[in-house]
Amino acid sequence: MSKAAELAALIGSQTALSNRNLIINGAMQVAQRGTSTSITAAGSYFSPDRFEVGITATDQLAATLSQSTTAPDGFSNSLKFEVTTAETTLDADEIVTLRQKFEGQDLQRIAKGTSSAEQVTASFWVRSSNTGTYILELYDSDNTRQVSKSYTINSANTWEYKTITFPADTTGAFDNDNNLSLFFMFWLAAGSDYTSGTLNTSWASATTANRVVGQTNLIASTNDFYITGVQLEVGTATPFEHRLFQDEITRCKRYYQKSFPYGTAPFNNAGQGGTRWDERTAIWPPNSFSNSTYIGAWCHLSVPMRVAPTTTQYNCNTLGTSGSYLNDVQNSGISTSYAITSTNHNTEKLHFYPGGIYSFGNALGVNWEADAEL
Amino acid sequence: MSDMTIINAQYGVDPEGNNTSIKATIDGTEMFVPIDPANRHYAEIMRQVDAGELTIQDAD
Repeated sequence: MSKAAELAALIGSQTALSNRNLIINGAMQVAQRGTSTSITAAGSYFSPDRFEVGITATDQLAATLSQSTTAPDGFSNSLKFEVTTAETTLDADEIVTLRQKFEGQDLQRIAKGTSSAEQVTASFWVRSSNTGTYILELYDSDNTRQVSKSYTINSANTWEYKTITFPADTTGAFDNDNNLSLFFMFWLAAGSDYTSGTLNTSWASATTANRVVGQTNLIASTNDFYITGVQLEVGTATPFEHRLFQDEITRCKRYYQKSFPYGTAPFNNAGQGGTRWDERTAIWPPNSFSNSTYIGAWCHLSVPMRVAPTTTQYNCNTLGTSGSYLNDVQNSGISTSYAITSTNHNTEKLHFYPGGIYSFGNALGVNWEADAEL
Repeated sequence: MSDMTIINAQYGVDPEGNNTSIKATIDGTEMFVPIDPANRHYAEIMRQVDAGELTIQDAD
């Protein structure tokens, strides 16, 4: 057997050849919510899909979170976090993280909490205007355990490839269900509550002061931070597992969907035309159904979601009341509106109810966003 | 690790009168939240209710 064949056989015996990457949308191809989001207050912000910026307790920070076309060779996109107003004083409880969360049922291959537990390796491309030490953390929310590793951005405004291996943990199994089990967190800033101890580089019960020791403060000035090619896999680092756009968007829709076309950000009063309503809009049929039948407006989801989703509603007529209302979808320019008073969604179907029976002769509908994020 | 601001929470009922959702304004946007502990918004609503920070009004 040739050396190449021996190597191929070895790799094949050690590592899954496909679906190695636990990260969804690691190449930042999918951005269903839009390509740019302004951050003006503490909270959670998603973009590109599956990547969440979590901001706690800041009082000055403003930033932009976007899908960028600045990327290393072999990639088309990256996630860009750009500070537009700095946090001049970082208080003890202030933090900024960039994270992806995982369902426990998708992590069973790690065998965490057993004698067969596996090490995992993160790899990614990163670039920032702000050099220094950064922290990447795995946080097990089922067992309140965590481990942190540091990496260094050496050169400003230059793409750098990083690999970080986390040890196996024989304590604390991940639940085998669709709930949150693991945070994968790139830290961008952390106040002294999180940095005043000794960095915990082996799995242990979480101690806040030991989680982010040595972290550079990215938000101290108007810096930027780009990342792409994010991979988390069992064992050691392998080349990034590129997936087709269709594969990634299908995975993303388990956590977020909308009735609007891919490139259209949700908005009210879409009016006549391609975005006004289509087969994804929740519809209450007209008089082909009896007016005395209390059925409400409904539609199927294009991909089953993780759990019954939270929805935000949008008027799909040029007239009528915006937001949580059913509006005429047969004739643009008719202002009839019925307030939505309840919903009964499940993982495969959305269902919107008005407060009673309607006697209007036309079909009613509503556009929507559905969120089943962890 | 949640920073949701939740106000104006009210139960919604299906045609049979069962509580099936909570209408609430979350971070400034009106949303309908399913009654499902695995839904992150419902979990946060109930955390705030248990902490005495939020009250859910009955359906109209």
